[in-house]
Amino acid sequence: MELDPVLLSRFQFAWLIAWHILMPAFTVGMASYIAILEGMHLVTKKEVYFRISTFWIRIFSVAFGVGVVSGVIMPFQFGTNWSRYADTAGNVLGPLFAYEGLTAFFLEAAFLGVLLFGRKLVPPWAHFVAACMVAFGTLLSSFWILAANSWMQTPAGFEIIDGRFFPTDWMQVVFNPSFPFRLAHTVTGFYVTTGFVVVGVAAWLIRQGRHVAEGRVMLSMTLWLLTVLVPLQILIGDQHGLNTLEHQPAKLAAMEGHWETGSRVPLILFALPDQANATNRYQIEVPLLGSLILTHSLDGTIRGLTDFPPEDLPPVAIPFFAFRIMVGIGTLMLCLVAVSWLLRWRRQLFDSPWFLRCCLVMGPAGFVAVLAGWTTTEVGRQPWTVYGHLRTADSVSPSLTGSDVLISLLGYMIVYLIIFPAGFWVMARMIRKGLDAPPEETSPVEAGRPSRPTTVQLQPEGGTP
Amino acid sequence: MTALSFVPVWTLILAAGIFFYVLLDGFDLGVGILYGFEPDLASRNTVMSSIAPIWDGNETWLVLGGLALLAAFPLAFAIIIPALYFPILVMLLSLVFRGVAFEFRFRDAEHKSFWDHGFCYGSGLAAFCQGVMLGAFIEGFQVEGRHFTGSSFDFITPFSMLTGLALVFGYGLLGAGWLILKTEGAIQARARRSARVCLVAVLIGIGIVSVWTPLIDPQIAARWFTWPGILVFSPVPIATAVITISLWRLLDSGSHGGPFVCAIGLFVLSYTGITISLWPMIVPHHYSFWDAASSPSTQAFLLVGTLFLLPVILVYTGWSYWVFRGKVRADIGYH
Ligand code: HDD
Ligand code: HEM
Ligand code: HEM
Repeated sequence: MELDPVLLSRFQFAWLIAWHILMPAFTVGMASYIAILEGMHLVTKKEVYFRISTFWIRIFSVAFGVGVVSGVIMPFQFGTNWSRYADTAGNVLGPLFAYEGLTAFFLEAAFLGVLLFGRKLVPPWAHFVAACMVAFGTLLSSFWILAANSWMQTPAGFEIIDGRFFPTDWMQVVFNPSFPFRLAHTVTGFYVTTGFVVVGVAAWLIRQGRHVAEGRVMLSMTLWLLTVLVPLQILIGDQHGLNTLEHQPAKLAAMEGHWETGSRVPLILFALPDQANATNRYQIEVPLLGSLILTHSLDGTIRGLTDFPPEDLPPVAIPFFAFRIMVGIGTLMLCLVAVSWLLRWRRQLFDSPWFLRCCLVMGPAGFVAVLAGWTTTEVGRQPWTVYGHLRTADSVSPSLTGSDVLISLLGYMIVYLIIFPAGFWVMARMIRKGLDAPPEETSPVEAGRPSRPTTVQLQPEGGTP
Repeated sequence: MTALSFVPVWTLILAAGIFFYVLLDGFDLGVGILYGFEPDLASRNTVMSSIAPIWDGNETWLVLGGLALLAAFPLAFAIIIPALYFPILVMLLSLVFRGVAFEFRFRDAEHKSFWDHGFCYGSGLAAFCQGVMLGAFIEGFQVEGRHFTGSSFDFITPFSMLTGLALVFGYGLLGAGWLILKTEGAIQARARRSARVCLVAVLIGIGIVSVWTPLIDPQIAARWFTWPGILVFSPVPIATAVITISLWRLLDSGSHGGPFVCAIGLFVLSYTGITISLWPMIVPHHYSFWDAASSPSTQAFLLVGTLFLLPVILVYTGWSYWVFRGKVRADIGYH
């Protein structure tokens, strides 16, 4: 079998970014949550917020560490495997990536240490400020990286000279048509993801009968938050879809599974897309609803997949199913939140074992939704890296052979299958230990990045050992 | 092209960024290498503690350097990085192991020995790969048009293997200098011994590279050995000799900071030497900094933020070293 460097490179990129995104999906939300907890503690002076915050800060530090380590690998992928993309799009995308690195380093580096280890060394308000700045830093990271990604989906503000992209208007480059929607939907998605992790852990603590007071605060507080965020997320998702319909109609047709152009199209709930024959099998549909959702009118016309040249189509089945997984999880999340209203109203929020069990099961759901959503987005963009302008097949490094990429892919797979499970295991163990793990006593002010406070001990200059 | 060119300032930023990386991550990779030779748990803890607060910040220069190359000189990025496919792969994987070892070694005590090995071999391998990359870079790449057209295994040459080994010892020297500065007693004594071994090896390395480079490239030979270059550039080898001798002496004397400063000096000089040999090419033999630069609009857009953020980062980095000044101990507070 001939090994295809393009296919393998795509798989390698997907593998690396899918693991990487799991960490920001948690840390972006968690950083903000910690900032809120610190703020609540500052205002109300209640111990319980302090304990919850301390608990999550410990877990946050591990997730952050793994996130940074896997993040360092990402920019090099653009060079090792996608060098033609780097050459053609570097003028436009380079600064966006570089700003991500700069701003992230700037804010996170300065304040992360204070947040993680400075509790005893700085006044409470300074600790709160540090928490806010770290949260802001993670949001800035997301801002720039999503600007870059959105530009690849809906490029704007550029001209092409000799086959390469040159910027003409930076405002248009950064605030390209899909960026506001993608930023809002992704960041809200990260918050929702973190929210469900917190809800799951809280439910587990309550069921175990340990730290029930803290568990209740976490559960109640976070369910209020999700009450707002989950419906909002669905609303933004709908808007995002309309934006996709306008700018990437082929992707949308693939997500919806529509082959023929027409009006009064149904909403397809399930089907097996058959790309060779340009049709669906085993289709289950709701008549008219497709047009209604996408065009907000019964007679709205939707372009079908057969309207596009076959070489410009993504592999239909992947975005089709990934999209359904995401929406399915979104719906489940909405159900859970709705049930929580009912239980709250009946004052049974904390003592319905089946509800707590559901919370526990839904704990990791956000991660699945995030991965499914990104798979929809990225595979739906195919066969382009820069939509409509640069093909994926023309982006790959020309020097690579299939076996080169196979070797590197195997290397990344083996290492990630060691590192990430180890990281998850460490975090799971910290959660299992509960909230009263030993307090990290005499930690020095961390001016640098995270470190083992317990292995660092400063000795003042001139002191005796 | 507009009249105002940002290429010089970006060349400067890139050069400084790479140099900071080599120096900063260099010494903590070196410490990681020497870590493997520490006999017992207590001294290993001390050694690791000496870099725990700062290594992460040091490594960020790698990301900043890579991104600056992509943004300011995308053509160079698109040629050099794929040409170094495997050294970069192995370096990144080594850095992953080494990076998580800081967290996991302590939190995952059951597998401590595994993470310990990951830390030490990861550091050594990363250093070796960076040296290989340097060697391959000096030798130059096979380029057609705007692409690297060689094979992913072109980097394997005797010269690049030599530079790989040399850099392992070079980082070892930096690391030993750092340990002499930050530790006392038995660990410091061991570091002094390691520093001597590394210094000898580094000198051999520098010697061979200095003879070999002009041999593979007549242009470089011409630059160094014809008038007026021979006069202008002669301070470089002379200063190298002076620093080497003082470094050897300082290792014998009780000096704590001297060896580290001298080791840095050797790196500065080697870096200068390489710059003299290759200037003004960013892709040796093919593209200069000017050829490979991104559009003025791109460079300007990024410069605005960089000129604001970079000085702050530098000041802040300096400050964090200041906070962690003094000798380090790990015997207390460890559990
Ligand atoms: C907790 C996570 C989460 C949840 C519950 C949802 N999404 Fe989502 N979705 C994402 C997390 C996400 C994401 C990972 O953040 C994506 C990937 C790329 C992006 O912009 O956001 C995404 C992409 C994405 C796209 C792709 C747009 C494009 O690439 O062109 C659409 C149309 C939707 N979403 C729509 C929805 C709808 C209608 C939902 C209703 C249930 C929904 N999403 C729930
Ligand atoms: C939607 C996609 C992405 C988001 C939201 C995101 C966000 C983040 C965040 C918040 C961090 C900080 C570490 C953490 O919190 O875990 C991080 C680290 C990092 N990410 Fe990503 N990332 C994404 C994809 C990428 C891509 C495609 C690249 C490649 C250019 C990349 C490169 C990096 C790097 C280099 C770091 C380490 C930065 C540092 O040292 O501080 N990320 N990312
Ligand atoms: C963070 C979540 C992300 C996930 C899960 C994700 C997933 C994927 C997947 C599955 C592919 C392979 C698609 C295919 O080849 O069929 C891919 C390709 C790619 N993605 Fe993403 N992606 C993410 C974010 C990003 C971001 C933020 C960027 C850049 C700013 C990016 C840039 C690319 C590039 C350059 C490729 C390779 C070329 C291609 O196959 O189109 N991705 N990604």
